[in-house]
Amino acid sequence: MKTLDQTTDEVLDLAASHFKVPRAGLTPEDDFYKKLGIDSLQALDLLTRLENHFGIELPDYEVQGVNNFRTLAARIQARL
Amino acid sequence: MLEKSAASLRTDVTGEWRGETLSWRLAEGVVELTLHRAPANEIGQEMLEDLERFAGALPSLESAAAAMIVWGDCRAGFSAGADLRELYKQAQKMEMTAAVKGVREFLERIHKVLNRIDTSPLTTIAAVHGVCFGGGFELALVCDLIVPDKMARFCFPELRLGLIPGFGGIPRLKRDVGNALVRDLLLTGRSINATKALSAGLVSQVAAEGEALRVARTTAAQVVKFDRTASVAAKRFIKPLPAEELRREIDIFCELFPQPSVLKALRKFIENQGPHPYLP
Repeated sequence: MKTLDQTTDEVLDLAASHFKVPRAGLTPEDDFYKKLGIDSLQALDLLTRLENHFGIELPDYEVQGVNNFRTLAARIQARL
Repeated sequence: MLEKSAASLRTDVTGEWRGETLSWRLAEGVVELTLHRAPANEIGQEMLEDLERFAGALPSLESAAAAMIVWGDCRAGFSAGADLRELYKQAQKMEMTAAVKGVREFLERIHKVLNRIDTSPLTTIAAVHGVCFGGGFELALVCDLIVPDKMARFCFPELRLGLIPGFGGIPRLKRDVGNALVRDLLLTGRSINATKALSAGLVSQVAAEGEALRVARTTAAQVVKFDRTASVAAKRFIKPLPAEELRREIDIFCELFPQPSVLKALRKFIENQGPHPYLP
């Protein structure tokens, strides 16, 4: 079973890769909307990629109010 | 009366048209209806008029085709649904009774078009990528098959506006999937991905990212091989039009629309400068 740190790393890796931002520039506490420069449609795209990557279903209301990578990873972790 | 067989498809029909919001073309027995209203194929007055034009052309197209593909040529997805900005702008301009009358007229017109596509003798395939929300989801649901790619998302966000789906989504979703998913989508307003749609039986295959149209074309090519008489008869048998529920949905939508919370929610959506409008 993955740890939260491992899950967080995978979230950061996926976000950096897909949105083409330097991985070294991302930290778990970053606001992903601001750091990735994305809107809600792109956030849904990220959500879908994360669901596909982790093999989970994550209702979008579970990410309501979530704007940093660590909390997003925690929501994912709760579904693993 | 049963339709003519594939062998008697007319070959003298040329169908091609391009408008501001959509276009269609007929080739090798397949009609392709392409939505291309940037940024997200939102369905407003102009697209409704173009869809009505398409519905008018259908009898001629159907005499020369066996399948139809509907897809969206916008990066954001198949369609984000009704043009809420246009809806709000129109509603703001008029007294509420007139606004509701206008909404009802719009709904009756879109229902007429969608019912026509729903009952077409062609085997209809929605090729879906990205957002397939609200009215966009309702357009996909009129099709016999939905082929999503793995990045597609389906949603009825109307609850977030204090409304219900108004383009026929509830009766059609009930026709296609079990009650658990119907209630989940309608009562939580959440979106689901293609994998979930597959496990729920909303779709029966999922394409790789960016491949939905290609898979839809391959599926259409398969459909075109067969005698249409049997497929038309099968379609009528397995996909009845839920006419009474569709009419009732319009009534309920028009009962809800005048609530002050609806205009408030519409304004909030439109004025939202943040990144969150499409999230619950």
